[in-house]
Order: sequence, then structure tokens, then C-alpha cells
Amino acid sequence: METREGMVEKRGAGLWLTHLGLIIGLLFIFFPIWLAFVASTVSQPEIVKPPMPLLPGDQLFENYRKALVAGVNAPVALMMLNSLIMAMGIAIGKIIISLLSAFAIVYFRFPGRRLFFWLIFLTLMLPVEVRIVPTYEVIAGFGMLNSYSGLIFPLIASATATFLFRQFFMTVPDELAEAARVDGASPMRFFLDILLPMSRTNIAALFVILFIYGWNQYLWPLLITTDPSMNTIVMGIKQMFPSGDDVADWPVIMATSILAMIPPVVVVISMQKLFIRGLVDSEK
Amino acid sequence: MATVSLRDVKKSFGKTDVIHGINIDIADGEFIVIVGPSGCGKSTLLRMVAGLETVTSGEISIGDRVVNGLEPMERDIAMVFQNYALYPHMSVFENMAYGLKIAGTPKGEITTRVEEAAKLLQLEPYLKRRPRELSGGQRQRVAMGRAIVRKPSVFLFDEPLSNLDAKLRVQMRLEIKQLQRRLGVTSLYVTHDQVEAMTMADRMIVMNGGVADQIGKPLEVYGNPQTEFVGGFIGSPPMNFLNIALAKDMPTQAARLGVRPEHIQIAQTGALAHGKVLYSEALGAETLVHVKLADGSFATVRQDASLAQPEEGAQVGLAWSKADQITFDAHGHRC
Repeated sequence: METREGMVEKRGAGLWLTHLGLIIGLLFIFFPIWLAFVASTVSQPEIVKPPMPLLPGDQLFENYRKALVAGVNAPVALMMLNSLIMAMGIAIGKIIISLLSAFAIVYFRFPGRRLFFWLIFLTLMLPVEVRIVPTYEVIAGFGMLNSYSGLIFPLIASATATFLFRQFFMTVPDELAEAARVDGASPMRFFLDILLPMSRTNIAALFVILFIYGWNQYLWPLLITTDPSMNTIVMGIKQMFPSGDDVADWPVIMATSILAMIPPVVVVISMQKLFIRGLVDSEK
Repeated sequence: MATVSLRDVKKSFGKTDVIHGINIDIADGEFIVIVGPSGCGKSTLLRMVAGLETVTSGEISIGDRVVNGLEPMERDIAMVFQNYALYPHMSVFENMAYGLKIAGTPKGEITTRVEEAAKLLQLEPYLKRRPRELSGGQRQRVAMGRAIVRKPSVFLFDEPLSNLDAKLRVQMRLEIKQLQRRLGVTSLYVTHDQVEAMTMADRMIVMNGGVADQIGKPLEVYGNPQTEFVGGFIGSPPMNFLNIALAKDMPTQAARLGVRPEHIQIAQTGALAHGKVLYSEALGAETLVHVKLADGSFATVRQDASLAQPEEGAQVGLAWSKADQITFDAHGHRC
């Protein structure tokens, strides 16, 4: 993509003012994260004693080691692994299912095609929270509490992603499918050889969004994982808060928070280029 | 190489009939152009031969096989699409090789065949590029190449030149024709451009509203149009249609008189019609003179540039020989 000088020309004060505004906004958003980081590098007594420290202390390795290996209820390393499996499962599963269902809806004429599309579309209006009790019932019935499949499957079908791929497939010229037919490609072959590579950027963009969606799931894991070894990190942080008279180990909790932020950040940064391309232009 | 024959081929979408029964026998190696205005069913007809549309009734045979129920691949055809339909994420080589790859052709043979086609089409320097890095004409060639490497028995072209600029179109139309001659593959070519039809066709099918108005050699169609529509559609500027009263001793059912613009002369003596010159278009080698006749109808005269160009608004007489006039009945058919 070519970079162009701003559409609207800005000079002098205007430019500085814009930057100043952006920097202030950035500091504003970054400050709590900074506080969390500072809190994760000092010792417990230093945190509780006012004033709150604003500069990192010397307990960084000690706190992070403690969080990763021991944690409070379960080691953070284990919780991160759980979260990773859940987020990857949701993201990849959602992408596979949506690609296939969008492919079916766009390229095949079967009875009830429109009906199915609208049914899928309707589920957009039902967030997880609305159907959480019946879903819990079903999952419990299948004996999937405290398991990865229980964490992943209820969240795996996605109307949003199906809709997005449908819109993309509809922009692919019909002639391409016809050319593939003349070339002798079966429908699945066309899907794998042509449609899938063409959707590359869309898949990447969606992966980023869905990974973060999966990683940040809170309510659902909270409901179905009672065993600390199945806790995911986002809900795990809450579980670390003391109940009753226990003393909160704030440095370890803060270290866990910082650790919980790393994977989504890594995913966004490493896929930034594809992600933006996927949202901005469609390659045809 | 194969013959193609259509037997009373019809197509309807729901209750709308789009093709009302087409019959033609295409000889091996013949270049057939299907020409007609938009919506006349010419593309639908081609897509039925390709197997991309079902045949409502009638029979299509390629070689001696009836192909009505066969998938496009099983029909041994190759198609060139209007927008080329190249796979955007594949290189030129991969685009041309894709059909062979699916057919399970050995790698070595794929490479030889693609390189052969690339050489024929002067695409060798571009084999590694993606379609979007090519110009319109090069993309057109890749689409041709994709058709050639399969060595099909029939080529189908769906308005392949309509996305190119005028100059390139003239050049490519010659190239396609030469290529087809060299390979000797039976071809069906759909276009709305009557110049392409005239220059490329061995025989052409002029379609109008789902009916083949006339099937014949280009000059035969031009010189001897069977319907008023054909006379008006083939030839630019189109045939002049004049009031039947301007000619004497006509058959009783005759309703209109058709005369080609180049067959009319501006002459004071022996004039059959009179009118006022509206304007003249000097094209260099020839001049088109547009005349409004006394009865309110219009006529175009195509005359050599060396002849005197009449003034706008001048009264002129128009003359033509009886041999050059064609009569049509009230339904637009020859009589």
C-alpha cells in the first residue's frame, strides 16, 4: 500500500496540536497499564503502603516466576495454556465452520437456502449471555463441564463470520467458479484451490478478532470450569481475588494481568499487516 | 477436433423463453460467430454448449456424443470469458496449468504444454507474474493460453475482446483468428460487435430475441439479409429502410425497401428520392451523408471522399440501382 501525505494539508500549530492530543490520549490509556506493570514489580508491603509506587521495583523476576509456576489457585502458565487452547479452538473452529457455511449458502442452490441464511443471521441477535442457561444445561448433559470441548464448542458457531465470508464470496465474480468448472474442478476443489487462498486476508483479519474474542471470554469459562486446573487466565484473575480475610497477593495478580495481555498483543502485532489489508481492501 | 450440432435447442428460465429453438451443424474446424444485441440469448446459447446452463429441450452434440447431461469438463471444451476469469492468486503458469493439474496430467507434460502455449502467445516473459501485474491484452492472452493447453475439441469465446480498447481489439481479433486457423479447433465465438462477426466468422449466426434470424457466411449475410433486423444490425452504418412507394413494380406484400448506404448515390438525374442534407461526416477515405427525405424518413449515403461533399441544408436527389434494393414484408421478412 502506498503511503500518501495527508489528504488535508496540515502545517505548524495544527500538526503539533494533533500530535499533542494523540499523545495525551495515549498516556491516558496507557497509565493504568503502567500502574499494573509497576505493581507487578514490587513487593506486597510496598503496594499497600501509600503513596502508591510509580516506578518499577526490583521484584520483577520473583513475582513473575511465582505467578507462572505457583499462581494462587493454579499456576498461571497452566491457565495461559488453557486460554490459548480455548482461543485457538474458537478462532480456528469458527473460521472453518463459517467458511464452509458461507460457501454452501453462496454457491449451492438447496431447498431452504434463504431460510438457513436468515436463521443464521437471526442468531446474531442472541449474545452468549441470553442463551447461557440452556447452553449450560446441554453441556452439563454431555458431561463436558471442566473440559476443553465444553469451553470451545458452545462458542464455535458464528453468524458474524459466516456473514462476513458470505459478503466476500458474493464479490468473487461468478466466472471464476465457472472457469474452475470448465477446468474440471469439483466444488470442494474450487473451494480449497481458489476461494480459500483468495480469502486469505479476510481469514487473517477474522482470526485476530476471534482470537481476542476467545481469549477474553469470561462468563462462560467461569460457569463451566470449577476445577482450577481448567481455569482460563481472564477468569483466573478474578479467582485470585481473596475471599474473606485472606490477603490479596497483588504483585502476583498484577503480574498475571500483564501476562494475560501479552498473547492478544502478539497476535495483533504479528498479523497487523494482513489484518489491515483484510479490513481495507479486497483482493480480486 | 470435432463437429458440433444443435438440434432444436431451447432454453427457458421459469416461464420466460429465452431461446426458441436453434438448429445448426458446425463442421470440424469451423469458426462460428454468434452475433446479436444484448439480451438476444447469444451468451446463454454458448453457455449451454459449455455446460454451464442446462438445456430445456433439444439436443447438443459434440463429436458424435450427445452432451446435454455432461459436466463442462467432460465435454472436452475450453472457454474464454469476457472478464478472463483468471485466478488472481495464481501465477500465469499456474493459471494455464490448473486444468491439466486437475486432470492429473504428469508434471513434465504440463510444463511442456504450458511453455508451448506461452511461446505461441508470446507470454514467456510473464509466466511467473500474477494476473493483476499484466495489461488487459496480456490477460486476454493468458485466458487464451488456458484454453489452448487443454487441447480441447471446441473453443468457446464469450465476448473475449469487449474489455479491451479499440486498437487492441482489432489486433487481438486478428490474432485469435490466426491462432484458430493454425490450431484448426472448432470455435464458437459470441460477440455483439458486428465488425468482429464479419471479420472473424467462417459462418455467423445472427440472433434476435432468442431466434437465429440468419445463419450464413458473412458476405452472404451482409449482401442478402433475410430479415430487416439482420440488415439493420450487420453493417455500419446500417442498411437504409425506405418507404416502399419509392420503388415501382413491387410484390404486393412488400412493406419496406432496404438499400445499403454504399449503394446510394447523390444524383440529380434519375433520382428515385429527394431530400435535404442534414449533415455530412467526412471519415477520410469516405464520407457519410445523412439525408432527411421528403416523406420524413432518414437515409445515409456512403460515398467516396473524392466525390463532392454536399452542403448542409442542400436539396439532393438519391439514386440506386434496382439490383441493390431488397424488399421486406410487414413482419420484417424478405419477400
